[in-house]
Order: sequence, then C-alpha cells, then structure tokens
Amino acid sequence: MLKLPIYLDNNATTPMDPKVLEAMTPYFMQHFGNAASRNHPFGWEAEEAVDYAREQVAKLIGADPKEIIFTSGATEGDNLAIKGVYEMYASKGNHIITATTEHKAVLDTCKHIEKSGGEVTYLQVKADGLIDLKELEAAIKPTTILIAIMYANNEIGTVMPIKEISAIARKHGVLVFTDGTQAVGKIPVNVNKDGIDLMAFTAHKMYGPKGVGALYVRRKNPRVKVTAQMDGGGHERGMRSGTLNVPGIVGFGKACELCMLNMEEENKRISKMRDHLETELLKLEEAYVNGSREHRLPHVTNISFKHVEGEGLLMGFNKNIALSSGSACTSASLEPSYVLKALGLGDDLAHSSLRFGLSRFTTEEEIEYTIKAISETVLKLREMSPLWEMYKEGIDLSTIEWAAH
Amino acid sequence: MAYSDKVIDHYQNPKNVGTLDKASKNVGTGLVGAPECGDVMRLQIQVDDATGMITDAKFKTFGCGSAIASSSLATEWLKGKSVDEALKIDNMDIVEELNLPPVKIHCSVLAEDAIKAAINDYRVKNGMDAIKFEESVVH
Repeated sequence: MLKLPIYLDNNATTPMDPKVLEAMTPYFMQHFGNAASRNHPFGWEAEEAVDYAREQVAKLIGADPKEIIFTSGATEGDNLAIKGVYEMYASKGNHIITATTEHKAVLDTCKHIEKSGGEVTYLQVKADGLIDLKELEAAIKPTTILIAIMYANNEIGTVMPIKEISAIARKHGVLVFTDGTQAVGKIPVNVNKDGIDLMAFTAHKMYGPKGVGALYVRRKNPRVKVTAQMDGGGHERGMRSGTLNVPGIVGFGKACELCMLNMEEENKRISKMRDHLETELLKLEEAYVNGSREHRLPHVTNISFKHVEGEGLLMGFNKNIALSSGSACTSASLEPSYVLKALGLGDDLAHSSLRFGLSRFTTEEEIEYTIKAISETVLKLREMSPLWEMYKEGIDLSTIEWAAH
Repeated sequence: MAYSDKVIDHYQNPKNVGTLDKASKNVGTGLVGAPECGDVMRLQIQVDDATGMITDAKFKTFGCGSAIASSSLATEWLKGKSVDEALKIDNMDIVEELNLPPVKIHCSVLAEDAIKAAINDYRVKNGMDAIKFEESVVH
C-alpha cells in the first residue's frame, strides 16, 4: 500500500533505520555513563560502546579507529578541519583552495578564514559540476596548506575526482580535506585509496541519528593535526572537547555497519529506481538533468523543468511528496541556488529545478506516484506559464527586456 | 512554509488563465517581472470602448503559488470594474485578501504592476498618454 506523504528529500536528512534505534536505546537509561569516567562500570560500558562504534565508523571508510574524531555533525567537522588546519599549519602557509559549489559550512568557514588574514581560492566548476584538475594544480602556491573539495555535492549529487585531486595535492605537499557528508555510506569511500587527509561526515544522512558526526584525521603518511576549536576536557585526542554523545555515537556506528553491509545491493535497487524516475521525467519537453550523470551518486537526480518555477511546482504536490527546489522565492534575495548557477545555468533554469534524493526505504510505487504527480503538475503549470507560451510561439526569451525587480 | 487556504485555492483552481488577442485595440497587456527573479506575470484586460468597463481579464504567470494566486485574484477583481476603478487596486489589498506573508509581498506588488502595465498598454493603443506611476518600493 502506498503511504503518503512520500519522502524524497534524503539529501537533507534520512529517516533512521529501526536497527539503529534499537542499538541506541540501551544507552539512554541503562548504560548512561560518561565515556570519560575511568573509575566505574558505568564509564567502562560507555567507553566500550564508543570504542566499538569507532571501529564500525572507521571500517566503513577504511580508516584506523584512532583516526576518528567524533563531532556533532558535518558542519562542526567542516569547521574543525578547515579552521583547525589553518591554525595548526600557520607557519607553513595561509592559502586554501576550495570550489564555488561547496556546502555553506565550507564556504562560510573559508570566508571566516579570509577575514582572519587567510587567502582562499574558489575554483569554478565546469558545466557538469566537476572541477578542472589543471586549474586546481595551477592554483597551488608555496603558501597553500589545504585543498577542501567535497566528495559529492548535496544539490546535484556530482562526485568529484577525489583520487586525482589528492594525487595532485600529494605532489605539492598539500593536505586534502573533503566534506564526505553525501558520499559516505552511499558509495565506497576509502581514505587510503582516495588519499584523503581529513574528511567530515555525519550520521543523519546515512540512516543514523542527528547531532553526531565524525572528522577523519589521518595519523600516518602524513600525520595530520588540527587545532581544537573548543576548549575543555581534551576529549578525542585533544582535538574535540566535550562529553561524548554515547547513544548517538552507538547509532552512528550501527548506521555505518548497515551501510557497509548493504551498500552494493542497495545501490543497484536505488539507482534503478532513480534511473526510471529520471527517464520518465525527461520525457517531458524541455526537462534537463543538472550536473554530470556519469560521475554521480546513485540515489540523486536534479532536474530542471524549463518555464516552470520550482516553488510553484512543489506546491502542486508538496502535501504528498517531500522534495526540495533550487529556487529560492522565499529568500529575501530571490537568488536561486548558487550551485546550479555555478554550473552556468541561467537563472530561469535554476529557478525551475527539483532535487530528488532516494533512500533505502524508497519504493517503486512511490516512484510511480511521483512521476505521475510531477508530470501532471509540470503540464498544468506550463499551461499557466507566459514563458512557455512565448517559447511555443518561437519567441527567444533572451531577447526580451525584462523589468528585473 | 504553509500557504493560506485562499492561496491554495487559487493555485489549484486558478481563475481566468488564458490569453486575449494582444493585437486587438481594446486589449491591454501587461508583462512584468523577469525569469531570473523567478516571477513573470502577464495580465490582460479587455475593455469595452463605449463604457470604459473591463469586460474580461486573463493571466498567465510563471512563479510560486503566491504569484499565481495574486494574479488569479487580480483578474477576478478586474472584471466588471472600470479602468479608473482598476487603477485603485492596491497591492496591500491583495496581501490582505490572500493573507500573504512578508516574504511574498513582492508577488502582490508584481500583480499591481501588471494591472497598471495592462492599463497603460490599453491607453497608449487608444491614443491616450501612459500614466506615470511612482516606482514600487520593492523593486
């Protein structure tokens, strides 16, 4: 039976897997101890649980458990990695390279760095959402200490060539940080094969709880250190103070284990549904996929339906289907998605986009319903769209002098 | 963000979607907004030359639900009004009627601008001077 509303906004957050909740439950009331309490069984139990989860998390990304620093989520991880490296390696240089399509947690942290005297290069992306490796290499200077490029993009699902990026970085003795939020747990990520020095990720994008994440910090070849951004009890090898969120960490560990166990099989099923959704929606006239279709997460697609505004489109079915749009009619700026604009999309196409994020809980029935509801709404709104009418009359919309407001 | 019932109703059952013959002398067309802003409204009125009454009004809108509702409501209000009366429609009347939140006030402004643009188009076509309006605050 089809149950409404349907959730297809899994890039924003995922529902928790019931097995994760099950693993967490005993750590709220029964084993409630502080993992830093060294002198009694309550503390020992908590520490043991954290150690186990640390192994589960490390295993998923091919790391050593000692290289996992638990955080409150990816935003904290992004901040700790970038600011922490900037401060720790100040004697070596002050230049960071990133890209314009990064998450705000990276971009705004980089802006903060600039205000405090650092230098940041923002690489443009190509039309497919990927950076140009030659441009990356050319941007490296003697003062460059860090390259911060996300593993996969949250809006379009594009997967960056991390291996190639890290090879370039290594050649120049520069550290690589990647925001792995959308990729870890969804596609194989291995910090050694990929040459990653630091990576932030979070539990709630991979069927785990909100409020817990991790920063991977390489310990060997090279040994990487970050300056702590919070002062306190010196937890997590002194890099992140604060009492550990034991139930959250236990859930995170379980979520990692489940992802590792099921990834291959799950991806086959999910990508098949994604491809079907995409194929059917592209049967509509003037519908375009945004970003690379080749280098992309298996559960994501971002489609623009020309001459229909995204928020208006969402309104046609958002009681029944949860999705997000690259349009930002609600924001004061009226600016559409900066990620889509970075691909070189005109504002009109950026305003016309929908982002789909499937999950392990998505069903074929839900996809069928979604295809039908969206197709109908697009057709209905196009009947109502003056731009569609002009397009159909063969008027070149770019020749019209719009009264921009 | 939750929409008001009236916005939802206009969105689901928009009134007067369509196109009037823009070449016709007694049709005034207003096209306002811009694709890059995420809103384009086209509002048309058909005026009875003898009485100066608006006998028909149509719209097409590219935009969010509030923009669609604002233009749908505007066409409803226009029908049966004289051109002079139509000039008195204020965007805040639309805001009130549709219960638009502050972030959506620009949709009502756009509708008001579309009405004025349509009237001016009609006036110019019929040998009258275009009325100069004060610029909208939002723009």
